[in-house]
Amino acid sequence: MTYLSILLTAILTANFVLSKFLGICPFLGVSKKLNTAVGMSAAVIFVMALSTAVCYPINNYILLPNGLEYLQTIVCILVIAALVQLVELILKKFMPPLYNALGIYLPLITTNCAVLGVVLLNFTEGYTYLESLVNSVGAGLGFMLAMVIFSGVRSRLESCDVPKFLQGLPIVLIAASIVSLSFMGFTGLVEGILG
Amino acid sequence: MAEKKSLRKEFTKGLISENPTMRLVLGTCPTLAVTTSIVNALGMGISAMIVLVCSNIAISALRKIIPDKVRIPAYIVIIASFVTIVQMIVKAFIPALDKSLGVFLPLIVVNCIILGRAEAFANKNGVIASAVDGLGMGVGFTIALCCMGAIREIIGAGTIFAGAESLLSIAGITGFDGITLIGENSAINPMTIFILAPGGFFTFGILMACANKLAESKGKPKAELGGCSACPMAKNCALLNKGENCEEKKEEAKS
Repeated sequence: MTYLSILLTAILTANFVLSKFLGICPFLGVSKKLNTAVGMSAAVIFVMALSTAVCYPINNYILLPNGLEYLQTIVCILVIAALVQLVELILKKFMPPLYNALGIYLPLITTNCAVLGVVLLNFTEGYTYLESLVNSVGAGLGFMLAMVIFSGVRSRLESCDVPKFLQGLPIVLIAASIVSLSFMGFTGLVEGILG
Repeated sequence: MAEKKSLRKEFTKGLISENPTMRLVLGTCPTLAVTTSIVNALGMGISAMIVLVCSNIAISALRKIIPDKVRIPAYIVIIASFVTIVQMIVKAFIPALDKSLGVFLPLIVVNCIILGRAEAFANKNGVIASAVDGLGMGVGFTIALCCMGAIREIIGAGTIFAGAESLLSIAGITGFDGITLIGENSAINPMTIFILAPGGFFTFGILMACANKLAESKGKPKAELGGCSACPMAKNCALLNKGENCEEKKEEAKS
């Protein structure tokens, strides 16, 4: 698999939110406005790439040679949690503008299943270090794409006359279903272009 | 007697009035992802329930020892240990289920139901009450998953309980592997879209609408996305003051 096809698959055909169902909470919770959606997604891309960069060597050079694969889950979640705290502190101290843009979303990301999900999926897919990084960034970009599209859909929904029993969360979920349906149109696209 | 009654209340609140999936809107990722069949839903529900009960007991027992400041990391370690145990058991005894749940089995660690209950209940209440609360929430989660799984499997695949043999074989029962409702030669075809991603969102939306309608007839408020109060990280969120909306705060912080 080439890097480009991994990237395109992660963004379009196997979109993390819309076809793998990872990171649904922020997708439904923070997608009301475009700027919060973009801020949250940027923080997710950043944390995904960073945690893959750190967890991959730990898994391959410490856990696997010593037969400790069963500790993967617990080690990865701790590394991610510690990393997020550390990044928050560093950004706060040295890069206040970046902290103001991303930092406020960081504590929310620790328990985001998309981050742990991408790290664990990279292990099971057997990607190399570079492939894992490409896949993580692609997953983050896919998350951003879904968030941005969906924040647009939601801003239109607000001015719609929705039947009373569908108001609130139900209509949001049904709208997500239609967005997800449209993403199914990308099936086979990557093979078509690159194959 | 009073003790007994309140324990019963702790158990039953998780089933319907505070159902974690339909009312509190927690743990949406596994709800959407693993409900392609009722057997997967049941497997996920039971695994999460075991983790929930065990972690509630452990956290409640340790609640006076764990310092308040490192509470969340400590909870994560406890939960992750139980998840690892469940993961190893499932891998050893029900490999088919392990394969179909895939990455969602380890992802029980970040399921907000479990961290949410630890934060909202287990660190304030006794061991027995926490265990019962965990059991009630776990059963409620399993029921909600099974509803989703049954609807999606019947409409999407035309079967019910397909793959049940993998679960039943641990109990020593063999020979039952689901019922086919829509056969290959029948005049209608199952709507495959229901077991794909869009069907998941759609079924969840419709079920949520039904739950809201039911809640309304009982005079209860609609289910809203828990937002900040349900988010287990809320107390770590430096910008969040009590009773204020996270998103508004974020907006203010940005401007």
